[in-house]
Amino acid sequence: MPSTKSSSTPVIELKDVSFSFDSAPVLKDVNLTILKGDFVAIIGPNGGGKTTLVKIVLGLLKPQKGLVRLLGNPPDKSSKRAGYMPQYATGEKDFPIRVLDVVLLGLMGVTSRWPFFQKEEKKKAEQALDLVGMLPSSQKRVNDLSGGQLQRTLLARALVSDPEILFLDEPMANIDIGGQTKLFDLLGKLNEKMTIVFVTHDVGLLSRHVKSVVCVNQTVFFHPSAQITPEMATMMMGETCPMELVAHGLPHRVLGRHQAPPSQDDHSQKDTE
Amino acid sequence: MELLHLPFIQNAICAGILAAIACGVMGSLVVVNRSVFMAGGIAHAAYGGVGVAFYFALPALPCIVAFSLFIAFIMAALTYKRRGRMDTIIGVLWAVGMALGIILVDLTPGYNVDLMSFLFGSILAVPHSDIHLMMALVGLIAFLVTCFYKDLLSVSYDREFSQVRGVKVVPLHFLLLGLVALAVVMTIRVVGLILVMALFTIAPYLVEKYAGSLAMMMVWSSILNIFFVLSGLFISCRFDLTSGATIILTAALFFIVFESGAWLLRKLSI
Repeated sequence: MPSTKSSSTPVIELKDVSFSFDSAPVLKDVNLTILKGDFVAIIGPNGGGKTTLVKIVLGLLKPQKGLVRLLGNPPDKSSKRAGYMPQYATGEKDFPIRVLDVVLLGLMGVTSRWPFFQKEEKKKAEQALDLVGMLPSSQKRVNDLSGGQLQRTLLARALVSDPEILFLDEPMANIDIGGQTKLFDLLGKLNEKMTIVFVTHDVGLLSRHVKSVVCVNQTVFFHPSAQITPEMATMMMGETCPMELVAHGLPHRVLGRHQAPPSQDDHSQKDTE
Repeated sequence: MELLHLPFIQNAICAGILAAIACGVMGSLVVVNRSVFMAGGIAHAAYGGVGVAFYFALPALPCIVAFSLFIAFIMAALTYKRRGRMDTIIGVLWAVGMALGIILVDLTPGYNVDLMSFLFGSILAVPHSDIHLMMALVGLIAFLVTCFYKDLLSVSYDREFSQVRGVKVVPLHFLLLGLVALAVVMTIRVVGLILVMALFTIAPYLVEKYAGSLAMMMVWSSILNIFFVLSGLFISCRFDLTSGATIILTAALFFIVFESGAWLLRKLSI
């Protein structure tokens, strides 16, 4: 199977980007290029700037310094061509809205000025719900959902606009291991059509679908294979390494051994998939 | 029942229904946005508009409309970014608006008996001319909320996601607060600005847990508000009580009965 990573069109470009909240620096002189068709895991310690990085790329936060391009344009111009699944947050649980209507809100920006959503748009939303296995719950109120169901609903909302690039912030939180494997398989399939960028603090969660890794801890380091080397780990996490290494017998990568030959079976493995 | 033929009762019923609808619609948006304190700030700062109207001898309602919109837009400009500090800014505007109103009324020569009606409402004294203005305001609120329904829903449910989708979140923040100001002003005549919050919160809070959509929440909140206003009005006439306070206590009583009923049902079904 030919690798989809062969394209050389950059979808994300950051040049000398620095960002700080008030005076506390979060990201410093970040340079990063992500190419079309990649499947990127953004890892790093909590508070290291992973979510900030994603929000900068989506235009939700403006860096004090540097250049940001998403799909070749400034983020405010192009963010609606991206799909975004935010970190699962509690609160606002009583909001009176049904699952289908949440997904329809993923069409904001491309929907008409007409006050209500049209039939074809509802059909699209149902297809997105079907993809994540939530169609039977489409008329349920959001506050009747479990955490995992809400995650899947928010994924459908991110997918309904047929995005060119998909951002997921901690998509595996609230999902059991079986569900995680299923979700990764779905993302792997979606990756045939779109670039996928997801944030995780759990390095155990690098599935075989992942093609490259971005380490974020104030600085950013791009690693063009899904192998995590001990050097990366030490460099990025230092002494206060909060990574959870979960080995649960699934085809997930965990930290490579010391002196592991670089990218030994990385490519051959991908080709046989 | 012959009371219904009295023109001032008819005006009161019209004004009550119009205010109930405005508060049902905007109260729903305020409650799902967790901006009740902001609505309270606008309601109280609106008293500054009363002061301006008295001092410059201007027509009251248009003047309060303009002043409340002014306060709402200042609030919107100060809060759209620093959402964490919103409560402090609202508190400041709340106090300053009221103080301004009181000083201007002090400086106005002559004793103003009518003043209390703005604080505690005087639904039985609503002039016929105000009904037309109220109708126009309800029409405007309904029109704008319908036009921007998807956008308001999107921003209320998930502001950041809306921004990614290219929804103009800042203009919508101004629109929301502006509409809140209009609804508050309308309600001043009916229950007074001190008691505005009850019509904004009680019905939407009751409905929020059961409504399937924001639109249904608005509809049911309006219906409940109409029920509160009309039954409160009837009780106040029957027992010769202050109308605004009676309306609020009617709503509160319904709230307590409903919530304890729901609580009992939950207990029994477990």
